[in-house]
Amino acid sequence: MERFILKGGRVLDPASGYDGVADLRVEYGRVAAIGADLPVEDAEVMDVSSQWVTPAFVDIHTHLREPGQEYKEDIASGGRSAVAGGFGTIACMANTEPVNDDPSVTDFILDRARQDSPARVHPIAAATKGLKGEVMTEMVALVEAGAVAFSDDGKTIMDTGVARRVMEYSRLVQVPVIVHAEDRTLVGDGVVNEGSVSTRLGLPGNPGLAEAVHVSRDIQLAELTGAHVHIAHVSTGAAVEMVRVARERGIRVTAEVTPHHLALTDEATLGFDTNTKMAPPLRGQADMEACRAGLADGTIDCIATDHAPHAVHEKDVDFCEAPNGILGFETALPVVLDLVRTQEMAPLELVRRLTEAPARIISRPCGTLAIGAAADIAVFDPDRRWVYDPAKGYSKSQNSPWAGQELTGRVTYTFVDGRLVFDVERGVLAP
Amino acid sequence: MIGRDLLCIDDLTREEIGTILETAEHMREVAARDVKKVPTLRGRTIVNLFFEASTRTATSFEIAGKRLSADVVNFSTRSSSLSKAESILDTARTIDAMDPDAVVVRHNVAGVPKRIADVLEVPVINAGDGAHAHPTQALLDLFTVQKEKGRIDGLTVAIVGDIAHSRVARSNIAGFQKMGAEVRVAAPPTMIPAGVEALGVKAYPSVREALDGVDVVMMLRIQLERFAGALFPSIREYSATFGLDREKLRYARDDAIVMHPGPVNRGVELSHDLADRRPSVILDQVRNGVALRMAVLYLFSGRPPGQSALDGNSGGD
Ligand SMILES: [Zn+2]
Repeated sequence: MERFILKGGRVLDPASGYDGVADLRVEYGRVAAIGADLPVEDAEVMDVSSQWVTPAFVDIHTHLREPGQEYKEDIASGGRSAVAGGFGTIACMANTEPVNDDPSVTDFILDRARQDSPARVHPIAAATKGLKGEVMTEMVALVEAGAVAFSDDGKTIMDTGVARRVMEYSRLVQVPVIVHAEDRTLVGDGVVNEGSVSTRLGLPGNPGLAEAVHVSRDIQLAELTGAHVHIAHVSTGAAVEMVRVARERGIRVTAEVTPHHLALTDEATLGFDTNTKMAPPLRGQADMEACRAGLADGTIDCIATDHAPHAVHEKDVDFCEAPNGILGFETALPVVLDLVRTQEMAPLELVRRLTEAPARIISRPCGTLAIGAAADIAVFDPDRRWVYDPAKGYSKSQNSPWAGQELTGRVTYTFVDGRLVFDVERGVLAP
Repeated sequence: MIGRDLLCIDDLTREEIGTILETAEHMREVAARDVKKVPTLRGRTIVNLFFEASTRTATSFEIAGKRLSADVVNFSTRSSSLSKAESILDTARTIDAMDPDAVVVRHNVAGVPKRIADVLEVPVINAGDGAHAHPTQALLDLFTVQKEKGRIDGLTVAIVGDIAHSRVARSNIAGFQKMGAEVRVAAPPTMIPAGVEALGVKAYPSVREALDGVDVVMMLRIQLERFAGALFPSIREYSATFGLDREKLRYARDDAIVMHPGPVNRGVELSHDLADRRPSVILDQVRNGVALRMAVLYLFSGRPPGQSALDGNSGGD
């Protein structure tokens, strides 16, 4: 399909503020026109009436597990799962084996992605060698190789002196330092949110304070160093409030929230399902509502899934032993559409948090339907009901708290560079 | 209750707890006989699955099963390949292959018995999971108090010690409240779990205050290896402030009894003389534990109701 028209959908393009029923014309992989009743001429026509047409989603927090843990996921399966969820661009964390702390690993990931992944893949490099929190990585070389951000993610840099130097040095390359904000001394052996649920379950608690303390530290470091600090997966009202105040003061802080922290509370853990175990943990109702409000008012810039595949046998152990994290790509849209259904967010704003805003954080030219932009497009039916079965999904893993549940909102087509890479009827079409 | 799981006290109604305690009373009579055995569960298999070393509870369940003539199979971390991170599904399948009539599970992490019960068809009895629940301990404590005081309704119970890490505390709080008692807890603030109000108890920072006028004082075992120096500065300071001796006990009612799930750290939670003598009822708890567990095994895995627990002939096989 060198020329095609998506006909009669509700086109939402946050970058331009456009929200209306229109045709969208693609030519040679680029957005060529948006308007009412575009002439068909020689283009193929796909009827998408009653569906929404948006930029393909952008996920800046994912774990693709390759190299090293391909039994959980690889770049091919992760990329396929991404486009099945409407994502056209994903950034992958550095906690592979070996760690992505060297340009050779960055090169490898990009090579693999070009061959195997239907979604665009951007590596996030480690901030310190081996994620050890001691020696900073070669940021200049890594950015030249294609790294779009630096992060030690779950191996939070606890040494404040090291964190300061990493942030100072990152100004040289002008990419964000992404922070998994949890003070490990406060987390201790905690596996669920500390509060009435941890007390009822008798599982070790992880207090919201662990996040708040660390966000506070890193906002102060951002102010001191002028670095762009991005707070990953905000889960507490306290963190939302600190980010809000910091931005009012002009500090370069951005933030993301996951679908699960927007939709689930620690009550989901009451059955001891290890697919409700993640870091940071699911919090209480007030924290979840603060995250929703923070996303709605723009304090939290974007939604990121923290897609974290783990094999069935790894999750099928006792709650303390089970690894953190859940799948994210294929359930993200229906889960976050709830914010539109409840009218907490306008459709255009929710789409912005999935597209333009995360693209801006990693300074990539995706997440827009501007004329001439690469035709990365998601088409979805916001009202379509379906039952999610991770065994039938595209990830190699199945660790999802939404397994077997009915969800509302389904991606029908995903395009990358104008190429149809996912069709809900036909599945993922080879990269 | 037949065929159901017993995972925590919330699984039971007040009436069902009453039935269990009555049945335990009958079971005690068996223990008083010359031949301490009835054929009630003959031909039945009970699997004791202990992921955590616990001689007391394991032995108590084993004796209970044997007095009911069940075949008791013991699996522990030492005698089998069960490792910390073994797949729960694999474990359950292994156990299922033995075709048991009930499975008794103990694990050092909360939730494992529940996860095994989710997979297995047969009744799963929780013999203690992490800091979550220990329902048979709570039931035997209720049984002991019932025998001592003639009632539970209207009593006041103080639980003293590491509430945060105690499954005994959680199950006893739930059990005594369900049977109409008031429960208070006392511990250093480092041993009171977050949001303890969710359990419906008031937390006291002083033993003397907590004991004021109570009928039952329940002392918890302190895990010295894990927490000395972390949650309290020293054993000496702990025993001086939260250990029970006759001086502190004077704040309770004159006829108050002292309980402890055992094993006692002598001179830490309890002074030596209190560990051995009235008003402590620690040995009665152990004895009642066997009768109570016989009742639980009988009621959850045994014959349908209407047939006597003690009459082997009508119990049949
Ligand atoms: Zn993280």
